[in-house]
Amino acid sequence: MKKRALILGAKSVIAQAIVLHLADEGYDFVLAARDIAQLDPFAADLKLRCKSAVELLEFDALDWGGLEKLPQRVEQHGGAFDLVVLVFGHLGDQKNTQHSTQEMLKVLHSNFTAAAVVLGHLANYLEEKNKGGGIIGISSVAGDRGRQSNFFYGAAKGGLTLFLQGLRNRLAPLGIHVLTVKPGFVDTPMTEGLDGLFLVAKPEKVAADIVRAYKKKKDVLYTPFFWRWIMLIIRSIPERVFKKMKL
Amino acid sequence: MQTQPSSGWGLYPTVDTHTTRAHYHRDLIRATQGVPTLAQGNCRSYGDACLYERVVSTLPLHHLLEFDSDRGLLRAQAGCTLDKLIAYSLPRGFFLPVTPGTKFPTLGGCLAADVHGKNHHSEGSIAAFVEDIDLVLADGSQVTCSRSQHADLFWATLGGMGLTGLIYATTLRLKTIESAYMRTRTIKTENFGDLCQVFDQTQNQYTYSVSWIDCLATGKKLGRSMLMLGEHATAAEAPSSTAFKPHEDGGLSVPFFLPNIALNRFSMQAFNTLYYHRQLSRQRDAVIHYNPYFYPLDSIQHWNRIYGRRGFLQYQFVVPFAGGREIMADLLTRIARRGTASFLAVLKTLGTQSEGLLSFPMPGYTLALDIPLHDAGIIPFLQEINKEIVRAKGRIYLAKDAILDREDFEAMYPRLDEFKRIKREADPQNHFRSLQSDRLGLT
Repeated sequence: MKKRALILGAKSVIAQAIVLHLADEGYDFVLAARDIAQLDPFAADLKLRCKSAVELLEFDALDWGGLEKLPQRVEQHGGAFDLVVLVFGHLGDQKNTQHSTQEMLKVLHSNFTAAAVVLGHLANYLEEKNKGGGIIGISSVAGDRGRQSNFFYGAAKGGLTLFLQGLRNRLAPLGIHVLTVKPGFVDTPMTEGLDGLFLVAKPEKVAADIVRAYKKKKDVLYTPFFWRWIMLIIRSIPERVFKKMKL
Repeated sequence: MQTQPSSGWGLYPTVDTHTTRAHYHRDLIRATQGVPTLAQGNCRSYGDACLYERVVSTLPLHHLLEFDSDRGLLRAQAGCTLDKLIAYSLPRGFFLPVTPGTKFPTLGGCLAADVHGKNHHSEGSIAAFVEDIDLVLADGSQVTCSRSQHADLFWATLGGMGLTGLIYATTLRLKTIESAYMRTRTIKTENFGDLCQVFDQTQNQYTYSVSWIDCLATGKKLGRSMLMLGEHATAAEAPSSTAFKPHEDGGLSVPFFLPNIALNRFSMQAFNTLYYHRQLSRQRDAVIHYNPYFYPLDSIQHWNRIYGRRGFLQYQFVVPFAGGREIMADLLTRIARRGTASFLAVLKTLGTQSEGLLSFPMPGYTLALDIPLHDAGIIPFLQEINKEIVRAKGRIYLAKDAILDREDFEAMYPRLDEFKRIKREADPQNHFRSLQSDRLGLT
C-alpha cells in the first residue's frame, strides 16, 4: 500500500514544508483545512513537481459535530491513510485573550480540545486498521512552563503534549508511532510582527527535523535542537524566583 | 510595527521597510487596502526599483500552477524564482525563453522589468513570451490581461516596474531544448572597433551573444574584450549521461563585506588582465553547462558584498547603433580615464523593442558596468553621463537604476505619457509606488 498522510491545518507554512519532505519519502496526501480552495496553488505545485497524489478536504477543527466522521470522510477522499500530521493551532494575543471568553475558548479549543478529540477518533481508526503508521503532533515549547506572556496558549499546548504522551503509551504496542514536536520560534505568519522573538528558525529547517525524527522513531523532538536546553533551564528555575520574572 | 532595512542587489540605497508576506491570493487583495505599498520579489534589481517603506513580499507565492507540455506553456505564481522554474522545466526538455544573468529573480520581477538576456538581438525580451498576466488592481479587483484582453494594461505592466498592480501569476511560453548544455564560441577582440565589427558579423549566426569588456584598458587597447557566442547544444553535442541535468550551485559564498580598499584600480586591473589573457588564441569553442554559461556569478552567494558595505551602482544604458560606437568609445574613455573601476563590464547588442511602454531594450548597443560607491563624486559623474545618453537618444535601464533624475528619465522613455495615463486609470491614488517611482515622478 502506498503511504498516505492526512495533514490537519494544511494552510500552515510548517505543514506545507512537512508535506514537501514527506513527498520525497513517497507519500500521497489528504490536505485538510478551512477554506480549502486557497490550497489549490500549493496542491497544483505539489502534483506538478512531485509524484504524489493530492486530495483536498474542507475541515474545521471547531466544528465539533464533524470530528467523529473525519476518518470516514478522509477515506472517501482517495482511500486509507496511515500517517496523521496535526499542525493546526491558534496563538492569539495574550492581552486580548485575557478579556474575552470567546478568545479564551478559541485558543484553548484550537490548541487542545479540538486537537485531542480529533486525534482520539483518528487513533481509533489507526488502531482498527492495525497496520502501523503514526501520528505527528505539533505542540510547542510554550507548553513546557506557564509564563505570563502566553499561558492560555501554553496551557493548551502543554495539555496537547500530555495527551500525545498518553496516546504514545497506548499506541506503542500496536506499532503506531507518536511523535511530539516542540518547535521554538519559527518564521511563519503566526509569529509575524511579534515582539521579543529570538533564535527564529526557518520552517524548512523545522520540517526537515520533524520528518527525520519521525523516520528515526523519536518520541519528543525539540526543534531547533537547542530549545531542549533552553527549556531545561527555564523549567529548572525555582517557582518562587520564576514568578517574579518577566518571561 | 517592526521594520527592517532592505536594499536591492547593489546594496544602495537602503531603506527601513515594513514587510508583509503574501501567502495566498487574498493577501494581495489585503495589500490594496490602507497605506501605499509595493510588490517585492527577491530584490535582484540593483537600485531602488524594488524598495519602498511598505512592501508586500511575493516570495511565498512561488507555486507552479499548470504546465501544458504540448505547447510549452507554464503558468506559475509571481514569486516563483527562475531557478525553481528551470529545475522543473529542464528535465522535461524546456528552458526559459529569456533569462537575465542570474536565476534568482522572481517571475513577477522579470515581468515588471521586462528583462532581456543574451538573446535579445535574436529573440527579444521576456514580454515576447508572456501569454497572460493575472493582476490585482488597486481597487482590489483582479484582471487577467493579455495581448487580446486589457491589452493596454498588459503592455503597461510588462516593464511597468510593479506600478500597475500586484502580479499574482503569469503564463510563460517556454523554449524547447535538447540538452542542458550550450555550444559556445569565445572570440578575443583587440579593441572596441574590432569588437563592434565581430559583433556585427556574428549577430545573425548566433542566438546568444554577450561580451566582457576590460574597462580599464586604455589607448589602443580601449574596449578589448571577450565576445561569448552560444547556442543550445543538440542532444548529440551534449554529454549523454547528464544531458538534462539541472543546476547545482556550490557552497561558495562571500561571508562578509570586503573592505572598500580590496577592490581598487590596481586589483581590478590585475584581475581584468588575467581574465583577458586566460585565453591565448583568438577563438575557442567549447560545450558547457547552461549554469556557468548564463549564471556565472550565481555560484558565489552574496557576491555583491565584494564591493564593500557602501555598495555599488550597476549602470546600464543603451544607445542606438547609429553613432553608438562613437558614444560608447567616448564613454569608455572617460570611464577608463576616471579610473571608475568596474569588475564587470558587459556589452551586447539589443534588437527590436517590445511593446512594453516602459521597456528598456531598443535596437542598439547596451553597456552595463558595476561601479563601487567608493567616492562621492561618482554619482554626479554618472548623472553627467546620463545627459549624454539623453542626447544620444538612448536610455537607462530602470531595473538597475538608483540615480536617474526625473528630467532625464522623461526624455528617455517616449511612451511615458501613455504609461502615465494607464497608471492613472488603474491606480488613481498611486497606491503602488516605489522609491524609484517617487524619484522619477511616476507617482
